[in-house]
Amino acid sequence: MVEFALPANSRVQPGKTYKAAGAKNVKVFKIYRYDPDSGANPRLDSYEIDLDHCGPMVLDALLKIKNEIDSTLTFRRSCREGICGSCAMNIDGTNTLACLKPIEEIKGDAKIYPLPHMPVVKDLIPDLTVPYAQLASIQPWMQTQSPPPPDGERLQSPEEREKLDGLWECILCFCCQTSCPSYWWNGEKYLGPSILLQAARWIHDTRDEFTGERLDALEDPFKLYRCHTIMNCTKTCPKGLNPAKAIGSIKEKLLERRS
Amino acid sequence: MTLRNPIGRARGVGSAKEGVGHHWSTVVTAVALVPLSLWFVISLIGLHGADYAAFKAWLSGPFNATMFVLTILVVVYHAQLGVQMVVEDYVHGKGIKFATLVGIKLGAAFLAVFMTVSVLKVAVGV
Repeated sequence: MVEFALPANSRVQPGKTYKAAGAKNVKVFKIYRYDPDSGANPRLDSYEIDLDHCGPMVLDALLKIKNEIDSTLTFRRSCREGICGSCAMNIDGTNTLACLKPIEEIKGDAKIYPLPHMPVVKDLIPDLTVPYAQLASIQPWMQTQSPPPPDGERLQSPEEREKLDGLWECILCFCCQTSCPSYWWNGEKYLGPSILLQAARWIHDTRDEFTGERLDALEDPFKLYRCHTIMNCTKTCPKGLNPAKAIGSIKEKLLERRS
Repeated sequence: MTLRNPIGRARGVGSAKEGVGHHWSTVVTAVALVPLSLWFVISLIGLHGADYAAFKAWLSGPFNATMFVLTILVVVYHAQLGVQMVVEDYVHGKGIKFATLVGIKLGAAFLAVFMTVSVLKVAVGV
């Protein structure tokens, strides 16, 4: 059976508290901490942050903690503007990008955990090896039988290009992937919403000539049909995309080719 | 713990080349259940307080008997498809999963036949 409770060595214990001396506008950030080298259980550390001396986004608070309070706090970040997808984490109960999440939107203490149901490398860093391998497995590049035109690019009409809107914008932050209960229970067999959205991006690309092979590879009770339209993916996507709709479009294509 | 290459894990055993049938059957039976459930609930309300003789007279009509049997078959088939999904989602032990899936199919077949025979017995019996 699937495990609904965390194993004993993964249960989160109360952690340290870091006070903000003399601060007037204080917000408490409760952050998941895990150090694989210590052998100890994960813990929830509390950091008081003076919002009068902090940027507006959750990532600003995390950087302030790392720079000024506790340099051992570990997390991924890069572009700080919602394009790289590095700072995906579970903030206030929802997977999102720390750089796009305003602190003022969080009522009460800000609870920050790594993306759910993935192995944790350290603190807020999940191990994304399997989703990346799943991405490679759908061959996310253009595949053609015809040779490229000698004098230019492969062309697409504006209408054909429009079919890719809502798909190409995905930044592979895996917020949707790790919010999906189907992916939690069958993460190795179900491809998950972000990978299926990528698959849809190539299936709907009119320049690609391997649509049939792509559909063949997805026609599987687990790779595709674990999606039960739960819609967590669409609700959580920090880029406002709709992976559930993309998955629905793959199911439609599979039906279409049968009738 | 596995030392298998991640891409090997992701590619797994490849595609089963099926799943469309299950999905489409679920959709079609779900749609069919809308009018069937409505008919069933309205009939139940209409039969409120009726005795056995009145119920037997009602079920003896070919339309009501057909609708009743159809409702049974579609409900059981739809339920079997749904429970199969739930088992595939949550039961991971190979042996127990296989046994449960076979049990569900056999159980559904028994239920469908048993309920159909029961309805027909009342509908056409003495």
